[in-house]
Amino acid sequence: MEIDPLIFRLSIFILSIFVGYYVVWSVTPSLHTPLMSVTNAISSVIIVGAIIAGLSGNSDNVFNTSSIFGFLAIALAAINIFGGFLVTQRMLAMYKKKKKDKK
Amino acid sequence: MISANLSAIFYLISGVLFILALRGLSSPETSRQGNFFGILGMIIAVTVTFLSMGNFSSGFVYVLIFILVGGSIGAFIAYRIPMTAMPELVAGFHSLVGLAAVFVAIAAFLNPEAFNLGNPGKIKLGSLIEMSIGAAVGAITFSGSIIAFLKLQGIMSGSPITFKGQHPLNAIILISIIILIYLLCSTQSSNLFWILLSVSFLIGFLLIIPIGGADMPVVISMLNSYSGWAAAGIGFTLENTALIITGALVGSSGAILSYIMCKGMNRSFFNVILGGFGATDEKSDTSSKEQRPVKSGNADDAAFLMKNASSVIIVPGYGMAVAQAQHALREMVDTLKKNDIKVSYAIHPVAGRMPGHMNVLLAEANVPYDEVFELEEINNDFANADVAFVIGANDVTNPVAKTDPQSPIYGMPVLDVEKCKSVLFVKRSLSPGYAGIDNDLFYKENTLMLFADAKKMTEDITKNL
Repeated sequence: MEIDPLIFRLSIFILSIFVGYYVVWSVTPSLHTPLMSVTNAISSVIIVGAIIAGLSGNSDNVFNTSSIFGFLAIALAAINIFGGFLVTQRMLAMYKKKKKDKK
Repeated sequence: MISANLSAIFYLISGVLFILALRGLSSPETSRQGNFFGILGMIIAVTVTFLSMGNFSSGFVYVLIFILVGGSIGAFIAYRIPMTAMPELVAGFHSLVGLAAVFVAIAAFLNPEAFNLGNPGKIKLGSLIEMSIGAAVGAITFSGSIIAFLKLQGIMSGSPITFKGQHPLNAIILISIIILIYLLCSTQSSNLFWILLSVSFLIGFLLIIPIGGADMPVVISMLNSYSGWAAAGIGFTLENTALIITGALVGSSGAILSYIMCKGMNRSFFNVILGGFGATDEKSDTSSKEQRPVKSGNADDAAFLMKNASSVIIVPGYGMAVAQAQHALREMVDTLKKNDIKVSYAIHPVAGRMPGHMNVLLAEANVPYDEVFELEEINNDFANADVAFVIGANDVTNPVAKTDPQSPIYGMPVLDVEKCKSVLFVKRSLSPGYAGIDNDLFYKENTLMLFADAKKMTEDITKNL
């Protein structure tokens, strides 16, 4: 009997939870705010679903109810992707070490 | 058009890049590289989606337009937002992830052919279960984050909103969500789908309103986690590895952060979620302990104390963020350092309104991160320090947490500020902190209260140094 592909996806899911668990524990507490903003940005990879929905209409009729929801989701996810990565970058640029030449 | 197998491999690569993005955050040096990996992973995921669709018709143009519109809004916000508003921003972003998950689920429900999930009314059972869970969690994330955003922004009062029968009501709604998902999957009725969404929006709202302002670090982390689980649910529906991996990563990340925050307050997760902290203790406390003598001083006294110290520990809290005092604080520290006084910063895990909030503010004010320490790293140093400068923190310094088993915050890890030779406490008034209890530290002999706005006081001290 063949294994349902769902089981493979479930395996990936469970293993990723463990990977996430160990990776996140190693994040230094001072970077917890950037951690939140970057997880925000990457969870917006949901945009791939939104793109599929947005392109579901045919060339004569780009907009149907489903694709409109897709387009809206694209805009929302894009806010998050750009906003999330850029604000993370902005924050990380501020973390500096002590200057060696003390005044 | 590229084959399904090839695109699956690319999705896997982008998932791995996201893992590396989080991994980079283990130290500030590698973090910027990590962020770059994250961006790369996103570019790969989006590009592969376009290629696998192979549909560069007029719809494609609209996709680009919407990405551009959303992207510009996001970039604009990212550059303009002040660092003190970071908790609100993150809460707002969470709500968008939640809503995007809901929209994708709606699109998939209305047009399952586009996603290879069957026909309307005959969606594959497994996909329908995944879709409805993703949609429900997404809706909860959305409305919960909106409430968190309003509370953080101050539009809505930060005090807990409780009413009779709140917990039974929430329990009934949660059970009804499970029943609705079951019924939806057995009947495929679109009406049930809409009801499920509305009920989920409602419960997200109800779950967050009883939680007070200072518990927001837990709430934000929890919603972070939810946004991940919602993404994972949609990832199962779309059979997309990148989404499943990312959802699991974000879900566990948020869960760990909530755990760390709860531990920082010595409260169980359920205790925070059920809410109403502070509201219950207020009555008994205000009446009993009143009118104890405190010593108060001015900027001159504070400057004198610090000038004669050889080491100073600074304890920042939410009040510093409110007063935007981080730059003034840094200027004060610069002056102290010129006088060869050793200065370090002590950060309590739940200081501020989100995990790591204080660290970001200090980094913004150009404080080097190797002068900033976590509770466990620095707590033993208080006994050897001359002056502790508490600016905007309160409950996290209260020695009652160690001495009085009756206290609601008993057992919470606190900074041993009282062990310092002298304590300078910048505060507007003697009012109790969020936990609603008096801080014993105010009445210690070696404490000097500085009643003023944090920013103004810090500036005045600098002038007097």
